[in-house]
Amino acid sequence: MQLTVWTYEGPPHVGAMRVATGMEGLHYVIHAPQGDTYADLLFTMIERRNKRPPVTYTTFKGRDLGQDTAELFMEAAREACERFKPQAMLVSSSCTAELIQDDPGGLAKGLGLPVPAIPLELSSYQRKENWGASETFYQVVRGLAGPHAPAPGTERPSRPEGQRPRCNILGPTALGFRHRDDIQEITRLLNSLGIDVHVTAPMGATPMDIARLGEADFNVVLYPEIAATAAKWLERMFKQPFTKVVPIGVGATREFIAEVAALAGVDPAPALEDGDSRLPWYSRSVDSNYLTGKRVFIFGDATHAVAAARVATEEFGFTVVGLGTYSREFAREVREAAKQYGIEPLITDDYLEVEAQVAELHPELVLGTQMERHIAKRLGVACAVISAPVHVQDFPARYAPQMGFGGANVLFDTWVHPLMMGLEEHLLGMFREDFEFHAEAGPSHLGASAPAETRPVGAAQAATSPAAATVELEPEATPTDGEPVWSPDAEKELRKIPFFVRGKARRNTERFAKERGSVVSKSTPCTMPRHTSVGDTCRPRPHACPALIRMDGPRG
Amino acid sequence: MSGDKLTDIPVIRERGQNSMFCGLTGIIWLHRKIQDAFFLIVGSRTCAHLMQSAAGVMIFAEPRFGTAIIEERDLAGLADANEELDRVVARLLERRPDIRMLFLVGSCPSEVIKLDLERAASRLSQQHQPQVRVLSYSGSGLETSFTQGEDTCLAALVPELPQAPADSAPDLLVVGTLADVVEDQFMRLFNDMGITRVQFLPARNSREMPAVGPNTRYILAQPFLADTARCLEKRGATRIAAPFPLGEEGTTRWLKAVADTFGVAGDLFDRVTAPGIERARRGMVRMREQLAGKRLFMLPDSQLEIPLARFLHREAGMELLEIGTPHLHRQHLAEELALLPEGTTLSEGQHLDKQLDRCRAARPDVVVCGLGLANPLEAEGITTKWSIELVFTPIQGYDQAADLAELFARPLLRKAKLRV
Repeated sequence: MQLTVWTYEGPPHVGAMRVATGMEGLHYVIHAPQGDTYADLLFTMIERRNKRPPVTYTTFKGRDLGQDTAELFMEAAREACERFKPQAMLVSSSCTAELIQDDPGGLAKGLGLPVPAIPLELSSYQRKENWGASETFYQVVRGLAGPHAPAPGTERPSRPEGQRPRCNILGPTALGFRHRDDIQEITRLLNSLGIDVHVTAPMGATPMDIARLGEADFNVVLYPEIAATAAKWLERMFKQPFTKVVPIGVGATREFIAEVAALAGVDPAPALEDGDSRLPWYSRSVDSNYLTGKRVFIFGDATHAVAAARVATEEFGFTVVGLGTYSREFAREVREAAKQYGIEPLITDDYLEVEAQVAELHPELVLGTQMERHIAKRLGVACAVISAPVHVQDFPARYAPQMGFGGANVLFDTWVHPLMMGLEEHLLGMFREDFEFHAEAGPSHLGASAPAETRPVGAAQAATSPAAATVELEPEATPTDGEPVWSPDAEKELRKIPFFVRGKARRNTERFAKERGSVVSKSTPCTMPRHTSVGDTCRPRPHACPALIRMDGPRG
Repeated sequence: MSGDKLTDIPVIRERGQNSMFCGLTGIIWLHRKIQDAFFLIVGSRTCAHLMQSAAGVMIFAEPRFGTAIIEERDLAGLADANEELDRVVARLLERRPDIRMLFLVGSCPSEVIKLDLERAASRLSQQHQPQVRVLSYSGSGLETSFTQGEDTCLAALVPELPQAPADSAPDLLVVGTLADVVEDQFMRLFNDMGITRVQFLPARNSREMPAVGPNTRYILAQPFLADTARCLEKRGATRIAAPFPLGEEGTTRWLKAVADTFGVAGDLFDRVTAPGIERARRGMVRMREQLAGKRLFMLPDSQLEIPLARFLHREAGMELLEIGTPHLHRQHLAEELALLPEGTTLSEGQHLDKQLDRCRAARPDVVVCGLGLANPLEAEGITTKWSIELVFTPIQGYDQAADLAELFARPLLRKAKLRV
């Protein structure tokens, strides 16, 4: 058993629902107990869809278990088929129904439905949402496009003269983070290269469309978590190559253009020239100088996390101090990326582990999911969302892609927004006593938000407790439990360091004190060599250092 | 008695897909009410996902609930699952030493694999006594829908309540989670009537749970407490029958039932309740203007539907089309049913698609339904009031009557306002 408060991903049948709800003309009948209909809310509330998801639940109850739950399922499937008249159906069990083993696939086959019924085996106790979406999409593609596959060994006929190249866009689903606008952005980009989009799937596609997937020249995989399996199968069966670059960020978009142009046999130049991204200039403008070396922690699904790490370093000039994912299926990609930044990747679906690492690393910015938002709020760190799971505010009304040149513009605004603006940061370094604009008040352009002081959750607790604050601490007092104790004077000095680097300064000072088995007093930080990591942290902000230097100066 | 009347009211009984929450969602308000309790669901990732989706942003505040997710290896053998559960509980209590009461909450998966949580609770209770008491109840969709989760929780609590001395004066026990502000208002009213020995179940703290015995007179504040009532009667307590305290009329009748039981003089009762009645009526004047004549259709959700419909009809002048409820407890709702107008269609249980067909055909002015249906119906041009809010808002008592009506008037007002 695993103790959870948060789960980054839902169960696999929610992934299947995302595929079904993204598509048109497909109905999903799920064998599930009463209550599992909660998942409808994700689509009607979070994504704000104006239709019920095309999902029928059997909603069996305890009293049904003694009787024929299989009959219940067959009735539901028959009724759904009659009422909704889909072109194809999906059938599966939820976690509870998996335990009672009614075999929806076999039962649906026995019903003799007038449309294909695709059975899904979702292994609810081993797998999760993205895997469920990927498996469902793969089964849908295999089931519906499979019959149209050419005989093995058949060469792909070359494109008729004068016909524009065509590709499919694979991966976008319902409840996907910015999938709606990514499709629009990438479709436009492809069109500017003279490439037509044949089918976009699952989002917006019908089962008939899926059957026609093989007619395209190649596939564009936007979300490997969902579409990689299906794309590999299409490559095998239809000899359709697929793209490997995910176009998030300016650099990746350029590479994507080159990759697509090569697959389509067209000239990449028009799309590159067209590049209407403002990110490169915004990032080069002197206003962004202060972004240099900001320490950033990144967590999310593998695709968005890896892409964000590249954008953060190459396009924002940040330093990536932490990188992780909850997508175990794509752990390898994240490990490789982490190697580039010389850091240990964090592969986990336990949000407490993520929280511990954020507390440990003291980043100045967290790029993550809805959960990291919570963690960052608790630790008082700036945060922006880059990946699902997300809440309702990340399904915005405005155009807000992550991909392509338009997406890069969105990234720039989104990531810089939570950081304290340059002038305010400078002024805070100079004048700390202002009644209104002080470190604890948080960035003034964010209105009411007030980040708490950044400090490790566990170790520093002693220092923050009232007891530690009121007791007079003599420099020669012995540290309790091996944990450094802060004297009030030292605390005061620490508060002179701007809040976004204070956590790191605190930690380094404590480590320094601990190594010497002494109490943190006013004199501690001064004995620290300037070239330690505290100094590193301060380098981009010289105003942060005097506070440390002064500790042994005339004020002491 | 209204039992006869019920036979006159057509009740549509249906089975099929329903769109209700399971009982686990009760945890969302129960964990706030009982401040030193922790609710540990033993279930699947689906259960954890449900709680996270249903609790919305509230989950940010280090909530006092969590899920022990059953994994593949737990399914292999039951003895193993028990050891796993002990380990998870130990880790949890270590992390949250402030917890005094732990509920192991059964889910569909834990019930299908027949994991004996009751036994686990008594085992863990012994291990962790006297710091923590461990109880168990079912919140599974197999056994409970939505508010029934509170019923099963309180029913598990009743056998644990202290025994009230047999020779004491009669106590009043108000049963069902109420907002703190509502609880305080009722307490004041009872005290003004001279009824001072009043307690509430659940109490705000696990150490202050009320005693119960043959001299306990209990009154339900919520209509969904069938099991709890049965358990209380088993301990000798006697129910005071009354309609539920929604609206001015419901509140007065509810208070009156208590006053009569405790022999409160009629003029004292009138004196104590008069200001509240006056305030509630005044508040309802404007609401009535907006709601009178509007046609109401309610989908089943919380079992609050019948008392709400009674209030909206008698005090706000709404016309009732179909009133759906997940379960119709005839005995507890007898007083409510007697107050419903002739010709009201009741439905128990649900066949969602058929009910939606009826709903569309009836062309109601307001539909009360869950969030899975609200936006899709709005998109069809049907005004909705999402039902879950009714469970999370203080709606009982005199001072909340107008607020309660406003919940239904607001979507209509909004529809009239918007020009896009």
